[in-house]
Amino acid sequence: MNQTAIEIKDLSFAIAGKQILQRICFSVSTGKRLFIVGPNGAGKTTLLRCLSRIITNWHGTIQVKDKNLKAYSQKNLAKILTYVPQVLPADIPFTVHQFVLMARYPHLSPFSVVGPEDEKVVSEAMEMTQTACFAERVMATLSGGERQQVSIAAALAQQAEIFLLDEPATYLDYKHQRDIHSLLAKINKTYGTTIVCVTHDLNSAVLSADTIIAIKEGKIVFEGVPKEIMNEKTLEEIYSKKFDFAMHPVTGQKIIVPDVIE
Amino acid sequence: MNKKNIFISIIVFALLVILVTPFLGPIKIPFSALTDFGLNTIAGKIFYTFRLPRVLTAFLAGAALACCGVALQAMFRNPLAEPFTLGICGGANFGTAVYLIFAASIPIPHCGLAFSFAGSLAAVLLVYGLTKIKKGFSVGTMLLAGIAVNFFFSSLILFLQYISDFTQSYKMIHWLMGSIDVDGFKTPGVLFVFTAIGAAIVAAQNANLNLMSISDEIAISRGVNVKSARKIIFLATSVMVAGVVAFCGPIGFVGLMAPQICRLLVGHDHKILTPASILFGGAFLVLCDTIARIIIPSSQMPVGVITALLGGPFFIWLLLKDKSVSNL
Repeated sequence: MNQTAIEIKDLSFAIAGKQILQRICFSVSTGKRLFIVGPNGAGKTTLLRCLSRIITNWHGTIQVKDKNLKAYSQKNLAKILTYVPQVLPADIPFTVHQFVLMARYPHLSPFSVVGPEDEKVVSEAMEMTQTACFAERVMATLSGGERQQVSIAAALAQQAEIFLLDEPATYLDYKHQRDIHSLLAKINKTYGTTIVCVTHDLNSAVLSADTIIAIKEGKIVFEGVPKEIMNEKTLEEIYSKKFDFAMHPVTGQKIIVPDVIE
Repeated sequence: MNKKNIFISIIVFALLVILVTPFLGPIKIPFSALTDFGLNTIAGKIFYTFRLPRVLTAFLAGAALACCGVALQAMFRNPLAEPFTLGICGGANFGTAVYLIFAASIPIPHCGLAFSFAGSLAAVLLVYGLTKIKKGFSVGTMLLAGIAVNFFFSSLILFLQYISDFTQSYKMIHWLMGSIDVDGFKTPGVLFVFTAIGAAIVAAQNANLNLMSISDEIAISRGVNVKSARKIIFLATSVMVAGVVAFCGPIGFVGLMAPQICRLLVGHDHKILTPASILFGGAFLVLCDTIARIIIPSSQMPVGVITALLGGPFFIWLLLKDKSVSNL
């Protein structure tokens, strides 16, 4: 089982004359966890938005499951791939259950009614993400952490094989950060879901990724396994700053530590 | 009361309004007129040539405007979006004004509809084109473009009035106030076709509207072809607005108020919200028109005056109350 989930060749994208992505090439095997890191404004989010076809006027080729991304209908693409934005809009007027149920969209025709199969998938997704307990609450009343859980529940209900996540844990406290990352690991293990995750959190990336890519100024500047990126020189090249390291007491993995502020 | 019951209440309300209002007016109509299909009595004639067709026309126009409103508001994620504020009505107005001044003598039946449709379509293309030029589809630019398009067409209409003679000008002013004048079932018949086609197209978009009302990002990642959904919704609204404006003139704010009130009543799921808004909008305009018919007994006030009187304050109330409005 070593199929390619996503293969990107020479992906370039410019907006208003500014080159955001430059000849990006990489591929992700099915069922793997790829983390994308890099400084602010490097083009990480743009990359995900190209992949999910929110942005369409890029150049190059993107293959999803050995088929050209542009050859998919939006609906068929949604059966394979889903995008989890950094934050959901704060004012969604639907209940959690309604919102997750809407993720069944690619599996329904315009006038077909939600069936028991859909309800089953939805309740399974809500169980797994521990959102079932507030299913009837209106989305607008949720906390940031809860909203992120629901966002992932919806991605699950969509039954996509590939999750594209944009900093899923950025605005969350420590507990919710851990919850989101262990949830993603669990989803990856249970369903063989391919995870592509943009993050600023290098430590959680090295602790959960199979592969890490670093992007800087629209170009890939690093691609490799987690332990390779935990290197003074590599990181300084990516982030233009020095890092201090420590050893993770449980896994022995090299991790970065916060800077001393004088 | 749960949402299903409220929805059923809206259906009953709409039916009651359609059944009762034809009997209201300066001339008393006995219930026996209902069975006078041969139009042998004066009451029967009034009932079947004026009252009932007028009520049906008002219902269909209100339904169409509310349907446009509900679709546009979801698409723009802004409760102020409706055919009137986006300039689509303005375009249809101009088309119809051109027809009234230059083409009223063309002996093709319902020729005015073609002019009205050309106008609404032109307005839609203009609004859409303006946002295309600016790259990216921002809700704010779209609404502002709509206002600009509205002003543009208004000034063109003023110009037409300036060059037209007194009777033409009077006709145009009366029509621009938005009034429902009918003679028999022809008008509601033709309007039914426009409203039904438009409403069916919008109803087929209900699942898309739900997702688009959250964000385009979410809609796309769930599999909605947002670009084509937008085009379909624009086309459906220009069809409906063309029908309404050609027969009733520009009737403002129904498309703003009906969906907003229905959201409070049945919630935000378009599978219920769209049909509820259609029924409520229809009944609402019938009531406004009934008030317009009877408030000054000797004359008939244009219904557009009533809807604008209600709509203006409603618009301001929304502006103050709704946070998403100011999120331009």
